[in-house]
Amino acid sequence: MSQAAVHSAVEPAETPLTPDSWGKLGMWIFLAGDAVGFGTLLAAYGMMRATSGDWPNPYAVLGINLTAAMTFLLICSSVTMVKALEWLGNGDRAKAKVYLFLTALGGAIFVSLQAYEWSHLIHRGLHINGNPWGAALFGTSFFIVTGFHGLHVTGGVIYLVAMIRYVSNRPQPAASYNAVEITGLYWHFVDLVWIMVFTFMYLL
Amino acid sequence: MATAHKHPNYMAIFWYLAILTVIELGVIFMPIGKFTIGVLLCALALGKATLVAMYFMHLRFETRTLGLVAMTPLAIATLLVFLLLPDGFAVVHQTAEKKAAATEPAKH
Repeated sequence: MSQAAVHSAVEPAETPLTPDSWGKLGMWIFLAGDAVGFGTLLAAYGMMRATSGDWPNPYAVLGINLTAAMTFLLICSSVTMVKALEWLGNGDRAKAKVYLFLTALGGAIFVSLQAYEWSHLIHRGLHINGNPWGAALFGTSFFIVTGFHGLHVTGGVIYLVAMIRYVSNRPQPAASYNAVEITGLYWHFVDLVWIMVFTFMYLL
Repeated sequence: MATAHKHPNYMAIFWYLAILTVIELGVIFMPIGKFTIGVLLCALALGKATLVAMYFMHLRFETRTLGLVAMTPLAIATLLVFLLLPDGFAVVHQTAEKKAAATEPAKH
């Protein structure tokens, strides 16, 4: 068999639909599925709220000062994530690792603030099966949606810490560029979902 | 290659996101109708989400495949809303009827 025939057998066909990176396509497909999961939760929230006669006023009950700060924190951690990728692209592995660490730190602080917020609200009487202000489903949906998002942030922090190790172990900074970009996709998605959760569950 | 596209101005995107968040917080205290506030908040949230997806997630610089994958959940979510609407209206209608029946029992 000639050399050209071998190549044409292994090289993927170039079409407008062929992605640059199959890993990136994989992450995007996962995120699309995850987005449907969050979309379903938020749609269920909207449905329960619209059909309830005594839904509490979210921003009066939950308080938005802390969550606005948490939103800002998550946006900042998205910026440190893109900075990490930028430094990796410039070949500066040490700086990239510092920014990856700052991103993970932002996520860890976010989860800690959420734990503080939850314990504060539970202390005031917001439970998964009832609350002093009205419809019991208010507490149910609040804990499920913010909890599901909090789990994603926790997973993201573990992912980022693992990536710091991964970047250290590659022979060249450029060898980990694609993997870090994929990590970034996940992290920005978590930020994007929080933008939606913050708007629908706290502000509206 | 992955490194081929040039990086957008990330700090500008950061400031846009921060400013949009401040506007969101301002909107909820504005002396306008609840419906208008809702529409404004949804528009601002969608704007922020678009900025994150387009620039932080590099969707603007990607192939069509990834764009199509990213659009799929939006299509499914729209479908879901239309599937839920009839049920939502039915429940609201029933609740209103029950309330009406409970408040005027003496008439019959």
